[in-house]
Amino acid sequence: MFRNTYDSDNTVFSPQGRLHQVEYALEAVKQGSAAVGLRSKTHAILLALKRSSGELASYQQKMYRIDDHVGIAIAGLTSDARVLSNFMRQQAMSSRMLFNRPIPVNRLVSSIADKAQVNTQEYGRRPYGVGFLVIGGDKTGPHLYEFSPSGNSYEYYAMSIGARSQSAKTYLEKHFDSFADCELEDLIRHGLHALRETLQQDKELTINNTSIGIIGPGGNHEKAIPPEAPFRILEGEEIDVYLKMMVPKESADAPATAPPPVAPEGGESAVAQPPAGGDEDVQMQE
Amino acid sequence: MDHFPLSWGRPRNDALDAFNTYPMHKRPTHHDTFADGVQRTQQPIVTGTSVLAIKYKDGIMMAADTLASYGSLARFKSIQRLHTVGSSTVLGASGDLSDFQYIQSLMEDLIIEEHTAGDHHELGPAEIHEYLAQVLYSRRTKMDPLWNSLVVGGRKDSKNFLAYVDLLGTTYSSSSIATGYGAYIAVPLLRNAVDGRENTLTEEEARKIIVDCMRVLFYRDARSLNKFQISTVTDAGVTISEPIQLETTWSFAEGIRGYGAQTQ
Repeated sequence: MFRNTYDSDNTVFSPQGRLHQVEYALEAVKQGSAAVGLRSKTHAILLALKRSSGELASYQQKMYRIDDHVGIAIAGLTSDARVLSNFMRQQAMSSRMLFNRPIPVNRLVSSIADKAQVNTQEYGRRPYGVGFLVIGGDKTGPHLYEFSPSGNSYEYYAMSIGARSQSAKTYLEKHFDSFADCELEDLIRHGLHALRETLQQDKELTINNTSIGIIGPGGNHEKAIPPEAPFRILEGEEIDVYLKMMVPKESADAPATAPPPVAPEGGESAVAQPPAGGDEDVQMQE
Repeated sequence: MDHFPLSWGRPRNDALDAFNTYPMHKRPTHHDTFADGVQRTQQPIVTGTSVLAIKYKDGIMMAADTLASYGSLARFKSIQRLHTVGSSTVLGASGDLSDFQYIQSLMEDLIIEEHTAGDHHELGPAEIHEYLAQVLYSRRTKMDPLWNSLVVGGRKDSKNFLAYVDLLGTTYSSSSIATGYGAYIAVPLLRNAVDGRENTLTEEEARKIIVDCMRVLFYRDARSLNKFQISTVTDAGVTISEPIQLETTWSFAEGIRGYGAQTQ
């Protein structure tokens, strides 16, 4: 069951200088469905793939509003995400209360990274099993950050987390040069294309399994966005217009071999799937 | 400090007077040893009088004299009541000057913390004002107010800011503000001169308005001094002048009954 003797206590280094529990927490992030974030000069957006545990179930929530100027997409343990997002909301409200100022996004991300770091060092704790993509707008413009359970946070032009996020990352790396000057619609299309890369073979993005979160001025297809343009989450019929803008994937680009199915996200009941080998992105060993 | 060991707490054995200080039946009844260690401001002691501030074309201008009064005694004649906070804010205080010094240290802490974040999100006048309002309101709610009327002025991102907050946590914003005696004497003069002209008044005009009001206050306010400082906040930053001597004339007093040499 254990990989080695340094597994059970996250505060003890392995002889190779690694904290195994922290690395397992990073694996928990990879078990969650993918989330993609990207940024232009004017907008920062999030796109996430929502899972459903079955025909009769609803789809899990992947995005949360933190404040009018900040939103997050999560991958990993939903319950840990709720703890952290609640903390972020408190920080944001405290800044509004104390200074009448929207909290600078980098400070918000740093504050949860500091919380996560404590869990990698103090005895009797465990790291958070969730990663965030955080988008926010402040007076220095739109921003995209990644937060991970190791206590790291970095700012990005574009980033993806979650199951098979490497495929999305490959797409983003190929195209991120053009993101800076993109219109909102083009940015969303790029985001959907990246998110599409994380899908299993016979699956596709639908209005039910896709969430889009936006920071920045209202786009051509958005109605009644107030001038201050708060963070908004688009779901359902609203995103149909964006899904229709996607360029169909050429069959030549399709992966040669069918990727095996994804392991279920923590906190959910198991997804009914044909038995197969482990997820290619999840490198847990027996 | 209570120097009687018996008042420091109960001995371990109630039946035994370990200190042998009092006969058991004459022990003092115990009372809270540290009760008189808690004190609250119930009145200001060393005070500053009015602060005046107006908006003008390039920023805001604030003035306060350099007097710290001890009751009606002009106790310290060269103290500064205008304080720079960060790079775009100036804070003027009337009321208790020890409380103002405490507020100055709060501002210092705040700016240091903000500076160490090092992310170019500096606190501007609006944020400083909100913070002070919260601090002053929470202190009055603890029945331990910071006994001041504060004026916060500044200019950030080419926007002028001028607002007031006092010991109760009351706030308001206006293009001209005066505290203390100035709220009665100077406000009508300032509003007359400033209202509707916030975006056209030049620095020279603003300075003349302020100096004229300071002069009127010196004539009328028995806790004022003919020495004051003027602060400006513009896009160029914050300046606080050296103390300025007011030019006053007193020849008219000759003719006033009760002032000049009396003829009858």
